Amino acid sequence: MHEWALAESIFNLCNKLAQEKKLSKIEFVSIKVGEIQQIDLEIFDFALKEISKGTILENVKIKYNIHPAILHCNSCDYKWAYKESFDSLSEDEKEAIHFIPETIHVYIHCPNCRSADFEIEEGRGVWVEDIS
Amino acid sequence: MKPIDPRKYYIEKRLEKIKNIWVISSGKGGVGKSTISSLISLILSHNGYKVGFLDLDFYGPSCHVILGAENLKPNENFGLEPVNIKGIKFMSIIYFTNNNPLVMRGYEFTNTLLEIFTITNWNSLDYLLIDMPPGMGEALLDIIKFLKRLNFLLVTNSSKISMETVEKLIKYLKTQECSILGLLENMKLSISDFILKKCKELEIKYLGNLPFSPEIENCYGDIYRIQNLRIYKDLEGILYDNEILKERG
Repeated sequence: MHEWALAESIFNLCNKLAQEKKLSKIEFVSIKVGEIQQIDLEIFDFALKEISKGTILENVKIKYNIHPAILHCNSCDYKWAYKESFDSLSEDEKEAIHFIPETIHVYIHCPNCRSADFEIEEGRGVWVEDIS
Repeated sequence: MKPIDPRKYYIEKRLEKIKNIWVISSGKGGVGKSTISSLISLILSHNGYKVGFLDLDFYGPSCHVILGAENLKPNENFGLEPVNIKGIKFMSIIYFTNNNPLVMRGYEFTNTLLEIFTITNWNSLDYLLIDMPPGMGEALLDIIKFLKRLNFLLVTNSSKISMETVEKLIKYLKTQECSILGLLENMKLSISDFILKKCKELEIKYLGNLPFSPEIENCYGDIYRIQNLRIYKDLEGILYDNEILKERG
């Protein structure tokens, strides 16, 4: 149910943006979802729609853009896709990264040099890309 | 439009049912911040307050050792519910790292902090205690940036070397107009009024001192034994004497 917290944060931001843009109704939201987060989109979507009932977001159309995660080693400059490392993770490790993506540094190392000093170049977090 | 991260706008909502936020900080390492934070969490809880306690030292978490909170796990409930230790809602990075080393750069520290505050469901609290890491980097800058209503409780030992850094933290907090409850002198070994005089010079409240407590080392992880130590009673007295803690009505 961690998805509920993220959905509520999106709902909160959409309301803030609606106030700033003086919108009385939000009909469309585009959400960028990073692969690292491993969000259960079914639960997330359900949560966001439930929270939106009776508000300016009711019946909102939501577009989800999933962004693949790219990791970039600060030590040797090697780049690789998160999915290449994903299968080697245990369920507990996947869950930890799902909750706190930066724990990826505990469970994954650079395939080239074994350093934990890499950055998540793309594919982290949940973002509001657009509302109308 | 440029993609917007919703977390930074959500933290205050997450904390809206919390009456007081105390930040236990020093700037200097090794002065006993985590021990003091843990003791305060026990004192407040024992006095009937609803207490949340966050170990914000992602690189060197230790409060779980002091409280004996190692083999627990937060439950999912509209986010994550902190673990419950004798009524204290406790959250630490160790529940996600399996107590392995977590190395990361500064901006990732910020991401971790934002994520923890976004997903942790503290619900209603009388006090949220935040045990700070040493230094004046991301942790300090981020909590001042993203959290409101902060009250800093500062800790030093009796050494001039520690106070050299603590003084810098005090000066910075003053530039930010942060509320400072006062400075606690921990691990006092000899009679000296150096820290007291520094407090007067810096115009902050000297809360009192706690003598060095060698016996606490053998009590870590055992709350019942910690609560019977002199340091626990002394600290409770200091909180009441300074009216930081008030009798529950």
